[in-house]
Amino acid sequence: MTEGSPWQNKDHETDSQSAMKAETVCFRNYRKIRVRYFAAVPDDKREVIMTGKTKKVSVPGQTKKITWKEIRRQKILLIWAAAFVIYGFIFCYLPLGGWVMAFQNYKPKDGLLGSQFVGLAKFQQLFSDATFLRVIRNTLAMGVLNLASTFIMAIVFAILLNEIRTTWWKKSIQTISYLPHFLSWIIVTGILHDVLSTSGIINELLVKAGILDNAINFFAHPKYFWWIVAFANVWKETGWNAIIYLSAITSIDPSLYEAAAIDGAGRWAKIRNITLPGIRPTIMILLLMNVGNVLNAGFEVQYLLGNGLVQSVSQTIDIYVLKWGISQGDYSMGTAAGIFKSVVSIILIVMANQIAKRTGEESLF
Amino acid sequence: MKKVKEPETKQIKYKASAPNTVFVTLNTIFMILFVIVTLYPVLNTLAISFNDGTDALRGGIHLIPRSWTLKNYTTVFQKNNLVTGTVVSVARTVIGTLTALAANALLAFIVSRKRFLFRKQLSLFWVITMYVNGGLIPVFLLYKNLGLTNSFWVYIVPGMVSAFNMLVIRTYMEGIPESLEESAQLDGAGYMTIFTKIISPLCKPVYATVALFSAVGQWNSWFDAMLYNRMSDEYTTLQYELMKLLSSVTSQGASAESMKNAASAAGAVTPASVRAAATIVTMLPIVCLYPFLQRYFVTGMTIGGVKE
Repeated sequence: MTEGSPWQNKDHETDSQSAMKAETVCFRNYRKIRVRYFAAVPDDKREVIMTGKTKKVSVPGQTKKITWKEIRRQKILLIWAAAFVIYGFIFCYLPLGGWVMAFQNYKPKDGLLGSQFVGLAKFQQLFSDATFLRVIRNTLAMGVLNLASTFIMAIVFAILLNEIRTTWWKKSIQTISYLPHFLSWIIVTGILHDVLSTSGIINELLVKAGILDNAINFFAHPKYFWWIVAFANVWKETGWNAIIYLSAITSIDPSLYEAAAIDGAGRWAKIRNITLPGIRPTIMILLLMNVGNVLNAGFEVQYLLGNGLVQSVSQTIDIYVLKWGISQGDYSMGTAAGIFKSVVSIILIVMANQIAKRTGEESLF
Repeated sequence: MKKVKEPETKQIKYKASAPNTVFVTLNTIFMILFVIVTLYPVLNTLAISFNDGTDALRGGIHLIPRSWTLKNYTTVFQKNNLVTGTVVSVARTVIGTLTALAANALLAFIVSRKRFLFRKQLSLFWVITMYVNGGLIPVFLLYKNLGLTNSFWVYIVPGMVSAFNMLVIRTYMEGIPESLEESAQLDGAGYMTIFTKIISPLCKPVYATVALFSAVGQWNSWFDAMLYNRMSDEYTTLQYELMKLLSSVTSQGASAESMKNAASAAGAVTPASVRAAATIVTMLPIVCLYPFLQRYFVTGMTIGGVKE
């Protein structure tokens, strides 16, 4: 901290320095607050500001009781909160009511209340549809493939980037690595089409290297499709996903590395014994968060890259929903498929969380 | 749990032992490959966008255009729907980002007030929305019934509050000492004054982060335009127009013959070269901005990624 805050006491600086670091950005701005607010802060509270331990000290003093006085005091907060609840109810919770459609033979002219109730018939129809079973397989396969490849690449990239000692080189690679994340899937798939086309660079290199005799159209063969999607995800998100791991690595105590160096550990040994265990909690949390998203992993890329030739491997649950629901107008069928996806996702999250708890790792809830 | 990063004063001097040199060399090669794989496709598109369309069909253009032309770009800006798309995209990015920022900040302010009576409940109400949603079709029907289809507001209103962005701001606000709020209240400031005059100025960095996230999301989204505004050309977006260009190029087939025919009809531009130019136009604003905003999205990711 080069700039001292106006109330900062020199004696406390070293003591509180590390605690304040985390909130440096926020503290830096306190200068802009008029000093008179601090005049009103009691002395013991001022200590609290400096050590940054506000939460622990101030919470016990407050009892939350719903009293008229308190309600009047917070009137404006309550009004806004109510507005947000109404908004959230309409846009996030009301669509859940639409799930009723999956148990009906929904006709738009009859509405939600007037449509004929058919129980689980739509689900039966869904699971007897060979296409739907194939769609589940595709979604799971691509979800797992994407998760594994983006996950591993991000960790590897973060660790290797951290080993670079030249600052400008490290910074430039990092900046470049973020670039694809900011491009839309439209652009990314367009670029992929160019790169993988028969006259594209990949075919050119493969033919020149003698691996292929003739250029092939990668998008015409189902066996390549999943790998192309995985590659697209890796290309787009590696640098972005590495951000969290990089910050986790920088928070590892440097003295550990020094101690290891004295013991004669090489770089590889340090990575294996210090860096990887150090970022293990972060890895676990992110893995948990992403497991629930496995089924969400497939819409845009598959929709944009898919074509008639690879349809059997490219269709995912979301595309199926779109096809049945919006294009064919069978809302009930589409909703049933959507519910299936949501339920499986939630089961996956809860299961992953339980496993994490059992094995004593970090857990989400 | 979290150790704060210490200043990197002591750099360990490595002895240039054999395995170390191997490691450094391999690492450098890996990084160079990474940079090439990341940048080449983008630079290649750039080269094609400045190259004569018919000439580009011969292939072999890598990083430098063979015969320079600006025709692809003039064609892009002569297309009416692309111009409309640009205007709509800019409008939705600006309006959408500002409204989303205001909404998320206000909500985060409310749930980060320690005295607020329904703090836990309101937080939970929004966190649930991160995990459960109605799905495509119920949402589609809802928007239709609300009159949001075939309208500009479908880009703005439904996505105003995002639980993730709200949590990022909330985490940041919770780091601000409560005594600031208390002393302001002693001076007679109401909650709205505290929000606008005291908390918000302190939250500028995290506001920048969230604004960046939603601006990128707005600029890059195309699916909503396709789903809800397919019938109304006046609300088309740049990304959606680009998507139409892409599918027209790919559906015209890999056969270069048909492209050559199209090219001779349209002059020196081909669908592929026009698409390259449109791609560059679409990515330009973000590519120019993001390097300068790095520290904002890095802090945002680290705050938001670990919490809840």
